[in-house]
Amino acid sequence: MSSFGLNEEELEALIKKLGREPNTLELAIVGALWSEHCSYKSSRMYLKKLPTKSPAVVQGPGENAGVVKLDDDVWLAFKIESHNHPSFIEPFNGSATGVGGIIRDILSMGARPIAILNSLRFPLPFDKRITKGVIKGISHYGNCIGVANAGGETFFESCYLTNPLVNVFCLGILPANRMITARGERGDLIILFGSATGKDGLHGAVMASGEIDPSEKNLKTIQVGDPYFGRKLIEASLELIELGLIKGLQDLGAAGLVGACSELASKSQCGVRIELDSVPLREKEMNELEIALSESQERMIATVSKENSDKALEVIKSHLLEGAVIGQLTESEELELYFKGQKVANLPIKILTKEAPICERPFIFQKPPSIQENPPPVDILDSLKKLLSSPNVANKRGIYTQFDYHIGTNTIFGPGADSALLRIKWPKNPRLKSSKLVAISSEGNSRLVYIDPFWGSVLVVSEALRNLACVGAKPLAITDCLNFGNPERPEIMGQLVNSIDGIAHACEFFSVPVVSGNVSLYNETIEGNLLRNIYPTPIVVAVGWREGVPSHDHRFKEPSDLIYLIGDIRKRHCIGGSEFLSSIHGKVLGPLPEIDLNKEKTLHELLLELSKRELINSCHDVSVGGLLVSILESVFNTSLGLELEFYIEDRLDLFLFSECPTMVIVSVSPSKSLELQNIVESSGLDWMLIGRVSDHRALEINNNCEKIVSCDIEELEKLWEEGLLGIF
Amino acid sequence: MKFGICSFPGSNCDYDTLYVLKDLLGQDAKFIDVKNPQLLDFDCIIIPGGFSFGDYLRAGLIAAKTALGQEIYNFAQRGKLVVGICNGFQILTELKLLPGALLKNDPPKFICDAVYLRVENNSSSFTKRYSQKEVIKMPIAHSQGRYFATQETLKEIEDNSLVLLRYCGPEGEISKEFNPNGSLGNIAGIMNKEGNVFGLMPHPERACEDILSFRDGLMIWHSIIS
Amino acid sequence: MRVRIVIMPREGLLDPEARAIEEMLRQNGVEVDNLKVGKIVELELKNPDEAKLIAERFLINPVIEEFSIE
Repeated sequence: MSSFGLNEEELEALIKKLGREPNTLELAIVGALWSEHCSYKSSRMYLKKLPTKSPAVVQGPGENAGVVKLDDDVWLAFKIESHNHPSFIEPFNGSATGVGGIIRDILSMGARPIAILNSLRFPLPFDKRITKGVIKGISHYGNCIGVANAGGETFFESCYLTNPLVNVFCLGILPANRMITARGERGDLIILFGSATGKDGLHGAVMASGEIDPSEKNLKTIQVGDPYFGRKLIEASLELIELGLIKGLQDLGAAGLVGACSELASKSQCGVRIELDSVPLREKEMNELEIALSESQERMIATVSKENSDKALEVIKSHLLEGAVIGQLTESEELELYFKGQKVANLPIKILTKEAPICERPFIFQKPPSIQENPPPVDILDSLKKLLSSPNVANKRGIYTQFDYHIGTNTIFGPGADSALLRIKWPKNPRLKSSKLVAISSEGNSRLVYIDPFWGSVLVVSEALRNLACVGAKPLAITDCLNFGNPERPEIMGQLVNSIDGIAHACEFFSVPVVSGNVSLYNETIEGNLLRNIYPTPIVVAVGWREGVPSHDHRFKEPSDLIYLIGDIRKRHCIGGSEFLSSIHGKVLGPLPEIDLNKEKTLHELLLELSKRELINSCHDVSVGGLLVSILESVFNTSLGLELEFYIEDRLDLFLFSECPTMVIVSVSPSKSLELQNIVESSGLDWMLIGRVSDHRALEINNNCEKIVSCDIEELEKLWEEGLLGIF
Repeated sequence: MKFGICSFPGSNCDYDTLYVLKDLLGQDAKFIDVKNPQLLDFDCIIIPGGFSFGDYLRAGLIAAKTALGQEIYNFAQRGKLVVGICNGFQILTELKLLPGALLKNDPPKFICDAVYLRVENNSSSFTKRYSQKEVIKMPIAHSQGRYFATQETLKEIEDNSLVLLRYCGPEGEISKEFNPNGSLGNIAGIMNKEGNVFGLMPHPERACEDILSFRDGLMIWHSIIS
Repeated sequence: MRVRIVIMPREGLLDPEARAIEEMLRQNGVEVDNLKVGKIVELELKNPDEAKLIAERFLINPVIEEFSIE
């Protein structure tokens, strides 16, 4: 008998808990629900360290998504989720169903999804099957379902060969005090609605919890998403809630119907009885195991009182969706499955959920070596050109022009900005309106986390929050997606433990709670003797708010505006973990640049103040590629040029290409420069005047009054625009 | 004016259109349900963008085959105003209310961007508030927007000045360089000979507010209302 | 020789396109079942025996599609 992913120890534990041998269906159910994907068995005990509370938090981790208050009328529901393994096997359908899945999570909270962001990690050398397939899949699903794709970030690294990462974030809005959760009461009926059930993605949960063997052609029935049904599901679910016909909602994801029903029953402190014969089927011949565990997409369950079930089904049918009463919440605290008049499975709910095993896996902390001495000096212009066309710096326009970022007419800042910025309104529901704008920023530079999981994760959280500050937004909460290798290897487990500690440390320091998240482990490939784990990749998405549209974005505005570097700028340059060290010198090595969290926090407060006073004309943080690249990003797609003037005594190349935290570039009109300097000084941070915006399209750099670079900006812009040509 | 917005299953710009007409412009606007297509009360029907019925087989095909599709056809035959935006334009060509067809973009990808458009005929009910040859900017977002028609049809369209909008450069220059999807003659929007049906690929409902960086779409609505 | 390669979604896989078309036909009173939507690639080949290899190597994705040659 197949053990459905359970190891011997787990099998024994199960038999002991049950007091008998499980049958095949029961074993399959337990196998799915005890998988890493469903039970978080390796990470659960560490995730508890993350701070989850603040006055704004309505719902922390544990539900389909986190919910925070934006104001008295509007709440925000958001979460990030991975769809990594399916996106390697079949990039188009894998990424498309990933978008669908996270949108339904947000919908399950009773929220209308209004924006998604993608964090993508692709292999080097380029694998166009993956890049083109993933982008096309997200484009297909996201555009059709009609949720704005407001931003995201994309990284290329060789560690993602055969292990690409597709993480999708979704944010939804709901009227205050109208949150729905996966709940019901004893006696309530359970309606399954959406698509009919086919044999899609059986054992997806088990698969997502094991390493991929690329040599093995995986020919099980893969999940195909249908955004048209996804759209109908949004409208139908929200109508059911508006009409007050349903009590609870839960989307069907891993482990299908059984997974969703067990979750709902457990949270409702009930049992559940499911009539598998009542499930609307897509294929004629399906057995009980296939119906119970199918991962067909675009399906939800809702709990309804007996009196409302007919009305609810009527609404569902009016949206041209399948729907049927398939079960009931019971007194028993057991999961009972019936098929063709027979009871085919009977398991205590708590075995499937609360009592799922926890693995205390051994871990060790290992860090890669650091650079012993700085590499020899390089030509500035030459390195700049290489960096601008390198995949991690080059313009991502080829990706985001395939995504509809305007739809919903809420996108104020879309892709390319430091943070996405959305206004909040939904015309059909006048209550869903706010004077506050919502800012969203996603970050996850895995090189930093690889070099030092703890401090790297602190840097990731800090940068996500800094990006919010760059658009003048204050954080509300974050959601995270933890993508790691095989947790059965102690060094990988060490990365996970250390990284969670780092996120917790930073979140506590900045008083920002984590309200939702997802863990994706086993991002590992074994090819013959070759073992490849991804860099530890925690993706952090920060959500914040501000009042009114900012008077600045990330681009320079006026010729003769002065350019300042502000923040913690006195520390020594450090090229550890930088794109410069990787692209120009071919090394991913430490040490990481140090971060003074107090100064970082002061910088965020300072940026909010500068934005509020409308003192600055642009603001952009120093990030991948370093100072010079970040300055150029602010001049591209304008008609302006740059005259930069530095007074650097030691290595100018290291200064210009280090990726030190706690630094931003702002531009200001000359008449306001003194005011800017005063505010920066009184905050305790430092400023450095580094040049001015000019009206001719050239980059001029002087150091100590000596001309270092003189170059046409159009030429540099072309390199940046074309660095990823043909990849998507 | 009384506007009816056709909300087909899979339409997804219906809310944005409602927002502009009702909240921004204070017009009487409401959704028309696909199951209950009562159009007689309305002065103008808008078919919004999106992916009606998933846009499967051909964009707009399935919507055109519904009872609501038939009602839109009858409404237009009575000489009343009909505007199809993006998916709505595709539906109008499938209904044969507008000549030609909209094919997969060249290059064959979805494209979301902002484009310049030149107003080619400002004497229509839909463009009268623009000046002739005015260059405006609007967002586009589609994967099947390549306008195609036979040479014969194309000649008829041009001879009767039925092209209302053409993709162009910032100075109004019409060239391949500024054609985002391979449309014949850089055509972005056309009307029928009778002048009561207008289809366009760009999204005027996304271009009505400074906060969104575009407001050139407003004059389409004002043209219709005045 | 002219060869026609017919590519269909794999048996058992959800075919959203077919589902939507079926839905529309039924709404219009057509009694229909088991509708499928595929793709046809026609090509001239010197050696028609190569068609299978070409389809497998370049045209189809075995995870989601099957094909036949006419």
